[in-house]
Parts: sequence; C-alpha cells; structure tokens
Amino acid sequence: MHRKPFAITLDPNSGLANHTGNWRTMKPVYVDRLPPCNHACPAGENIQAWLYHAEAGAYEEAWRRLMEDNPMPAIHGRVCYHPCETACNRGQLDEAVSIHAVERFLGDLAIKEGWRVQCSPLRGKRVLIVGAGPSGLSAAYHLTRMGHAVTVHEAGSKAGGMMRYGIPAYRLPREIVEAEVARIEAMGVTIRLNTKVEDIEATIQDGGFHATFLAVGAHLARRTEIPGFDAKRMLDAMTFLSSMEGPSPLKLGRRVAVYGGGNTAIDVARTVERLGAEPVIIYRRDEAHAPAFREEVAEALEEGVRFQWLRTIAKADQDKLTVEVMELDEHGKPKPTGRYETLEADAVILALGQKVDTGFLRNLPNVRLSESDDGTIEVDQCMMTGHPGLFAGGDMVPGEQSVSIATGHGKQAARHIDAYLRGTEYTKPPSHPLATFDRVNPWYYTDAEQSKQPVLALARRRATFEEMVGGLDADTALLEARRCLSCGNCFECDNCYAVCPDNAVIKLGPGNRFAINYDYCKGCGLCAEECPCGAIDMIRELK
Amino acid sequence: MRAQIEGSQAVAEVVVLCRPDVIAAYPITPQTHIVERLSRMVKQGDVGRCQFLNVESEFAALSALIGASATGARTYTATTSQGLLFMAEAVYNAAGLGLPIVMTIANRAVGAPINIWNDHSDSMALRDAGWIQLYAETNQEAADLHIQAFRLAEELSCPVMVCMDGYILTHAYEPVDLPDRSLVDAFLPPFSPVQVLDPSDPISIGAMVGPEAFTEVKYLAHQQQLRALALVPEVAGVFEQQFQRPSRGLCSPYRMEDADVAVIALGSVIGTIKDTVDELRREGIAAGCVKIGCYRPFPTLQLRAELEGLTCVIVVEKDLAVGMGGIVSADVQIALQGLHIPVHTVIAGLGGRSISKASLKQMIHEARAERLSEPHFLDLNMTAINDELARRRDQRRAGPVAEHLVRAINAIGTKVV
Amino acid sequence: MSTPRIKFYQTGTYTAGNRLLDEAARTVQSRMDRMNSLNSGHRACQGCGEALGARYAVDAAMRASHNRLIAINATGCLEVFSSPYPESSWQIPWMHSLFGNAPAVASGVAAALRAKGRGDVKVLAQGGDGATVDIGLGCLSGMFERNDDVLYLCYDNEAYMNTGIQRSGATPPFARTNTTQVVGEAPGNLLGTGKNLPRIAMAHGIPYVATASVADLHDLETKVTKAMDMQGARYIHLHVPCPLGWGSDPAHTIRVARMAVESGLFPLFEAQFGTVVDRTLIRHKVPVERYLELQDRFKHLFGPPPNTEAIAALQAIADANIVTYGLIV
Repeated sequence: MHRKPFAITLDPNSGLANHTGNWRTMKPVYVDRLPPCNHACPAGENIQAWLYHAEAGAYEEAWRRLMEDNPMPAIHGRVCYHPCETACNRGQLDEAVSIHAVERFLGDLAIKEGWRVQCSPLRGKRVLIVGAGPSGLSAAYHLTRMGHAVTVHEAGSKAGGMMRYGIPAYRLPREIVEAEVARIEAMGVTIRLNTKVEDIEATIQDGGFHATFLAVGAHLARRTEIPGFDAKRMLDAMTFLSSMEGPSPLKLGRRVAVYGGGNTAIDVARTVERLGAEPVIIYRRDEAHAPAFREEVAEALEEGVRFQWLRTIAKADQDKLTVEVMELDEHGKPKPTGRYETLEADAVILALGQKVDTGFLRNLPNVRLSESDDGTIEVDQCMMTGHPGLFAGGDMVPGEQSVSIATGHGKQAARHIDAYLRGTEYTKPPSHPLATFDRVNPWYYTDAEQSKQPVLALARRRATFEEMVGGLDADTALLEARRCLSCGNCFECDNCYAVCPDNAVIKLGPGNRFAINYDYCKGCGLCAEECPCGAIDMIRELK
Repeated sequence: MRAQIEGSQAVAEVVVLCRPDVIAAYPITPQTHIVERLSRMVKQGDVGRCQFLNVESEFAALSALIGASATGARTYTATTSQGLLFMAEAVYNAAGLGLPIVMTIANRAVGAPINIWNDHSDSMALRDAGWIQLYAETNQEAADLHIQAFRLAEELSCPVMVCMDGYILTHAYEPVDLPDRSLVDAFLPPFSPVQVLDPSDPISIGAMVGPEAFTEVKYLAHQQQLRALALVPEVAGVFEQQFQRPSRGLCSPYRMEDADVAVIALGSVIGTIKDTVDELRREGIAAGCVKIGCYRPFPTLQLRAELEGLTCVIVVEKDLAVGMGGIVSADVQIALQGLHIPVHTVIAGLGGRSISKASLKQMIHEARAERLSEPHFLDLNMTAINDELARRRDQRRAGPVAEHLVRAINAIGTKVV
Repeated sequence: MSTPRIKFYQTGTYTAGNRLLDEAARTVQSRMDRMNSLNSGHRACQGCGEALGARYAVDAAMRASHNRLIAINATGCLEVFSSPYPESSWQIPWMHSLFGNAPAVASGVAAALRAKGRGDVKVLAQGGDGATVDIGLGCLSGMFERNDDVLYLCYDNEAYMNTGIQRSGATPPFARTNTTQVVGEAPGNLLGTGKNLPRIAMAHGIPYVATASVADLHDLETKVTKAMDMQGARYIHLHVPCPLGWGSDPAHTIRVARMAVESGLFPLFEAQFGTVVDRTLIRHKVPVERYLELQDRFKHLFGPPPNTEAIAALQAIADANIVTYGLIV
C-alpha cells in the first residue's frame, strides 16, 4: 500500500498525543467514607464490609469479617435494637437494609457449620474479667484473640448475663446463647461460674492478673413504695425475668400489673402473657413518650398486652390498685391531675430500671462513682477506672445501656487493656467523614423491598416461649445483603469507568478498584456524579 | 467489435468492460441512457457482483461512491447540469479525499432558464474542484476515454470526469469500436487503492485540517494534477499501442503545421471546426485548430508549443463567465503569455444552439480583420436583444428576461438557428 | 454448603458492571477489554454527551460485530473533536465526508462490501441531529427506503452545537438557541415546530428503529447489539445532552438525560418494520420541571414571571408520550 494521503488521512489513535488533562480545574479523587451503619453500630462492626462478602454469597468470609468486631452475631442479630438500620441510607430510599436479619443468618449458619475463630499465641499476660455478660464475654473474646489468657468470674450459675437473665427466651433462645458462649470458651477462655467476686483486690492478687475488666452489669432493681400493697405480691423485673431461667416460674395470679414504660416492662408483660396471665402496663407518660421501642409496644399490643398510659400507681387496697391520671406539660413531663381510677391486680412487677451493685469495689478508693444515682462508675477515655489496670464497661459505666453497647465496650476495653499490657496507649484511627445520603445516586439501585423475617403465629406467640421471629433462608439473606448501597465505599460497579467521556478512568481489575488517568481527565465530574455510592470527590486542581 | 451504437450505450458498454464494483446514479436528461443500460447489465449479471444503487439525488450518488471508493471499490456514475451542481459539494469532497471515481458528464446547460441541451456550463462550473476533466470529440473517443479515465484515476488517486456533449454525442448513433474485454483487462489492472477502510488496518479518513496544513494539502493536490500532464499522454500512448487506435491525450492539433490562425475548442464542436478549417484552407487561408482533450489539468506548455508563432487565436467555448467572458480563453491567454498573439473569445453553442460552418467561417474572417467584439457571441440575435434593452429602459420592473425574449423573438418571427 | 441460587441483583442492575453480575449481563463499557473505539485525547467539551454516547454505541457495535466495523461520520461536533489533523481519536476504520451525506456514504460502503463479498464487515453511520433530521434527511430517507445494510446512529443534542448552538429541526419547544433567542413574544423555539425522526424512520418500514439515552447504558447497549445483529437499514436515535448548548453542568450530563427519560419527554422504545414493539418503562416519574430546571436554555420558563403555560405544554408532551408508548404500567 502507498503512503497515506497527507493530513487528510490519519493514523488510528494518534489523538493520544493530545493530553486533555490540562483543561482541568477540578479533579476526581477516590475516597472512602464512613457508612452510616458502621458509624451507628454500638458494637463497632464494619457492617458494610461483612455485607460485601455476604452479597457474593461468601458467608463464611462475611461471618469472619463480622467476628473481627463482634463475637456473638447470632445473639446480636436477634436482640440488638439495630441503630445501624435507623441510620441506613437505604431507609431514605425505600426501607433500610435488614442488617440484623443477615447478621442473624450468618450467626446461625456459623453455629450450624461449627465455624471456629483463630487466636494468636499466648503472650504471657493474664486478664481477669468480672461478669460473663455481653461486655465481659466480648472483652474475653478479643483479649484471647490478642494472645492474652483470660479468666472470667461469673456470679451466676450460667454465662450470658442479661442475655440470659434479662431477655426473654422468645426473643433469644437459650441454645443460641449457649452456642456462642461455648465458642468463646472453646478459644481457651476460662469461665468460673457461681464465682461472685467479693473483694476485687484479693481476687486479682490471688490470680496474678495483670489487668482486670469489670463488667458485672446493673442488677439492683429500682423500687418504689406502693402504700397498702402486700410486699409479697410485688417483685422487680429482674427477679421475675431471671426466675424464668429457674426450674419453675413464680406464681403471680391472674392479673399482673407491670409498672414502667421501658423495653424491660414490655419484656415482662409479654412473658406474663405467655405464662397465661393478663398483663397490664402502667406508665406515667403516654406511648409517644415511653422509652420502649415502638415495635416492641406494637408487638405487645398484638399479643394482648394492655396499656394504661398516663397513670401512676397511687396506692393499693387488697387486689385493687388506685392509679392517678396524669397529663403531660409542654415539655412532656407528667403532672398529676388529681383524678383517680382503680384497676384489679394480683401482682405488681416493677420495671423501673436497675442500678449497679458496686459493693465489691469498696476497698478501692480510686474507683469513683459517677454523678448519677445508678451506681455506675467513672472511666477515662481508655475505659480505665481510677485504679491502674482496672477497666470497666457495659452497664457498669454511665451512658446508654444495651447488649450491643456492652459488646462494643468489651471490644474497646480489650484494645485498651492490650495496649496497657504492652505499656502503650490505644488510639483509635481517625474516622472517614460520614457517607451521607445526599452523596448517593439512588437511580442505580434496583427497587427492592426489605425481606421480611417469618413471624410466629399470634396464637403460638401468646402461649409459648418459642422464638417469635424466624431467620432468613440463604436466598433471602443474599437478597437482603444485596440491598446494601455500599455508601461511601467503592463496590466496583464500573460506573466511573463507563461514564467517562474521555476514557480517563482506568479499571485495575477485580478487587483493585480504579484509578484516574490525569493525562486525559478533563475534570467534568461525571464520574463523581454518577458514582452510586458517593466514593468520588471532586477537589480543586492545584497547578 | 465495431457497432453502430448510440453514444450513451457505447459508454455503458465500455464502463462494464472496466469492471466497476459500485455504480450509483440519479436520472437526469441527457444522462439517462447511460445509466439505464448499466442498470440492466448489472441486473443481468454482466458486471460480476457489481452493485447498482438507485439513489435519491446526485448528491447521494456521488456520496455513495465516496463511501464505496474508500472501501476499495471501483466506482462510476454519470450526471449533468443541475445534477452536477447539486452534487457539487461531494465533487469537491471526492477530490479532496483523493478517491478515484470516474464520472461521465453528459454536458448540458445550467439554468435558469432551465434548458436540457448541450453546452459546457456544467463541467466548467466545477473545473477547479480537483477532478481531471477529459472532453470527448466523438463517441469513439468518449468510449476510449472512459477506459483511460479509470486507469488515470487509480494511478493518481484522483477522480476523473469524462465530458461528452449531451445529445450531440450521448444520443448520436455512430459506428464505435467496442474493445474486447481481454484488451481492457490487459490495459486496466485491478483497483489497488492507496487507502481503504478496512477493519484489519483502521485509519481515519477525512480529517479536519486547519491553516497549518491546508495550503500544503492543496499544493499537493495541484502537484498531483500536474503529474497528470505527463500521465495523460503516457496512458493515451499505451492505449494507442494496445488498442491500435489513435488517442492523443492533452491536446490535438489539426492542420497546425503551417497555420497562422487557429481555433481552440473542446468537445464535439471540433468536428465542425475541422470542416471549417478544411474549407478555409481551400480558400487559401492558413487555418488550423487545436482540440483541448484534457482541460484539467490545463496543458499550458503543450498548447503554447502548438500555438507559438501564430498571428491569431480564436477560442470557441460553450460556456460563459458572466461579467467576464471566456473561461477557456482566459486559460489560453495565460498559456500564451509574452508571445503577443491576439486571443479572441467566442461564446458559442449555449443551451444547445447549433454552431454552423458558415458562422465559424465568418467569425474567423472577422477575427483576422480584427473586427471581432470581445467577447464575441456567435449568432447573437441583436434585434431581440435591442428590443429587450429598450423595454427595460421603459419599464422600471423589467420582469423575467427569458420570457420576454422568447415573446419578442416570436413576435418578430426571427428563427433562432 | 452449596452456593445459593441468585434470584435478583439488588445493586448492579443499572450500574455499568458489578462483580455480582454474570459477565454476560455486564455492559460492554464495564469490560477491561472494551474497544475504546473513540479514545482519550479527543477535544469534546467537558461532560460531552455526544462523546459519551459515541463511546457507548460504537463500542457496543464493535463488540457485536466482532470488531469488523466501518464507521462513517457526518460533519459535526463528533467529527471535529475526534479528528483534527494531525490527531485522530478513532481506533476503528472511520471516514468523514460531508455534513449531509453520511447515510449515502455508508450506503456506498455497504454496497462496496457486498460487491467484494465482505459479509463479515458491518457498517455504521453516525451524525448529530442537524446532520440527521435536517441536512442529511434526504440521504437518510434514501438509505432507509433502499433498506441498505447500515446502522445509522443519530446523536441528538437538539441543536447545531458545532456551529455555536443554532436551532435544528430537533430543537424542543421553548428552548433557547442562538437563532431562537429569548426575545419578543413566545421566547425560545416555537411550540408546534420540529420533527420526530424516529417516527419518520418508522414510516419507512425499516427492520429496526429505537430510541436510547446515555442515561441508560444497559438499554442503549442492548439496542445497539440487537440492531447490529439485524440486516438492512436500522436507526437508533440517541439522546445526548450538550452541557455547552443546554447550559447544564458538565457533571449533570447523565442526570439531565435521565430526567428527560424519567419525565417522559424522551420516550425509550423500539420498533420493528414500522410498529412499536417494546418500550423501556419509566422507573420513577418526575415532572418536566426536574428536567428543565437543570438547563439554562429553559431558564426563562422559570421567570420572573414563570411561564406556567409553557411548562404545562411541555408536561402535556411528556404525558402524551407516556400514554402513546405506555411508559408507566
């Protein structure tokens, strides 16, 4: 062939010589942002990361990623109030990802498959943990993984703490608790049951422990006086709920008043319902101002629990309670009205909250109680009490209380204890900025309703302690995991690579994400705009 | 094979012998007989796998050939007059892209007024489009030039127009020697394009070229055409040899050896001029004539050589540069620069008006006597012109000229010959 | 444990790719081995919808034709920004001839391939809306009626952008261009003018006509691929926003296109032999304002005072499209 005609005919791809990157005033950069679910998780889980594996059906990988932060997914998938889902950006699109359902699925699958966790070799340090509740077990798990020898002293006859003695079995079957505790024990954690610590200093000295984590929880019930009521027919929620773990339930009579408006009150009332009695919840404010979660109230109502909102118990006479009608002021505070009603009750269960029993710490002058009257103790940002080497967490320390928060405390405490044992201080790596909903490009996500977990028929819910909510099967769990938007973190959808009019995005291959070819990127911003999950920022070009 | 055949049919026959791959055409008088015949022959399978495209316009016809040619196909079309102007943009484009398309121009006047008869206004309008322009004197020559045109086009990567006078040639039945296929095959090798759209060797054809290189592109095109000045006679020579028939290429002298007056012209009128020259010779006037066979590129040096030493040169042309005069004569004057030979411009045969020997003879006499107006319009009906000019002086809004002229001519009963 | 059967794709259905999707279900644009037929270095404006559309469509056509493709380009932005001497951004055999003749040139290429027995090579012609609906309509109509074996792609950015934003036959009502300025009575382009080229194409009874948008890559690639597998004249009308001409943010090119689709102003449908056979449903219907407000060319409709009549007229067009093509079920 002859030489091509001058100028009119060009060689293919010769345009590469024209570097259009010098047009740019803004440039795209890939970023990772903190997903709102991770941000909200009290247990500090990297939810998006484990969902990422679950989306691919890599359940064991997903579970292992989850287990890096939380040793009890089967329990948390059931009892956590999942603030992650409240925060989930998908909630602003259709419905939040049912994170707890997938977590539970993974947890149950792990139990079924008998998956185990690898530990580091022991490094010669001994840690005492007081209390085998969620916080203590979590700390024990993490410390063991870090290579420390952990001994847990538990006053009760079984491990689990509130998970066993505070949460009814219809929400959390006991074999689940046992399985996840057993897995922790199998790692080499020693749990001494029926071992109440009376004198902490002595226990530490006797055991030669290098550090201690206190996680005894809050067990002392708050009480109130009800004039004229037979004290024998009055008991507190913790006593009642823990009695359910005993050989036979307490005799309460037919009509049981539950006094309080928190989740514990609901648990108590629903347990009473299942025992065949007729519970009525009495609370001084209205439903909107009750601390119990809406869903819990709704489920209780479904099961036949009655509510007496805006009532306080004024006095008792035989089997009759006199309640005063309250009204709320503009701040939502209840005020007495002077109007009274009566209702019949064979027993009253007080669900007015718990306090911490700190008697075993009396010999330690450096351990300070918090300002509140709930017996909680002060810890510093390293979760250490005023006494060196003595850490505390869970319901023992001020703040909100839940199984997940306690579990998160366990992890945090473990990190600080580990650092303490190594003579350093643990500093949390700085968080990425939050991945907010406005950065999401929702068009790219398929509309998909939340997968619903099966719920036990009402008749059985009211009569038995069978687990009320069922788990997802593998298909639905996969489906649900895939509803994750991957907020703020590239999930390799190839959009940036596709939408660049200038072929200035380089695909690095599976798992390696992408890079910008700044020789050609004109800085139009299409990649950032069309990134479904908001993982690209446009920043000013410095030239 | 010698045949008594219409010019259009003869052209169609030789085009088929050239084995075109794609023919695209839009009908326009007087080109139709060529493409009708071709469509039939293609349909009959006489032209191998050749594709005949019935397109929706001349613009599309040439555009389709641009695509086909760039894909490596040998391509052909025919048009004339309005059709040529309608495809004008593509005419320039085909040349600019260096695509060796061959196109027959069945020369016809350009309207308005609309006129279907012969002159050279159409091809002259596109003389600078970058195509080689060959003009046929006879149907034999028309046939022969088409065979040479494909070879020239493909050797130079430059499109070629073969111009033949509408009706006078296209519709005339004359004996034409149609060559054997083997002769044509031996003369015309298969098309081997310099550039081709091919997925296995992608190129980009038709770049936008700015001031930095546009002049160079045009200069190279000019150089390519100048190459044709050597190639046209060379190819004609090879043709003569292989086909055993004279073919003179750039320009052909007739009785020029001792001439002191010469008539220059293009196309079929040369026949009449030759007869006129013969008669003048018998009267003792040393007349001759030169046929320009290749108008683009213009054979400046060859013409100068033919005309050097003459006392009078008359260019008879079937076109008009309105507001200026002759088109061909301007080129001839450049060719004769510095020789001090008077060059007369005669506009003749517009819109199909016959050019008679008598008129030509009178024209030559007047030219020799230095009595020709410049430019001179042959056989101009001055009565009609004067009437119309008078009418215009009287009326502010003169209205359409053509209608008035026809009315005036009819009124005075003067027959336009 | 057996791998569970995958029923749906919660993410990835609309994104270009996604590790969860079967390779075959991912777009051509998501592939590492995509052709980049129109490669880096071209001089299109930032966020150019036409460049994007061309990359999408031509790469899909290349894949569908096993890289045996010849492309013909009409004069226009795409041609100018991709092939100024001495640099071409094309990696495929490509030719530009004139503004109004791309369909005819393509017909010629197809004829040449037929003559040479090259059935393996496919022909693509492409042009902007000016080249297609206006100056090249004669040639396009010819290509259609002869049923020449060419896929013609019209990149519709609704005005003559290359010459500096003048009205074309595809300019929508009320839009500001430099020849339909926002002055006098009825500012912007006149309501009741313009032509619907997909419908005109359908009237030729050709094997395939489709509309597509840079807002829906999967849909676009599916249509190009389908068209490439057919014989005869095929036409795809691509909606490609022009940040410069429309006065939209370059980063919003796809969003603007999406709003055109989701409002019903640009219906996505397919027709075979003159009959509509399918349409792409609107996923989340939006009022036309969501589309208009992203573009300065419609800014005058928002006042002061707002031209509610004009907006209502555009909404009526969108609503009529929704009914005509059944865009919402």
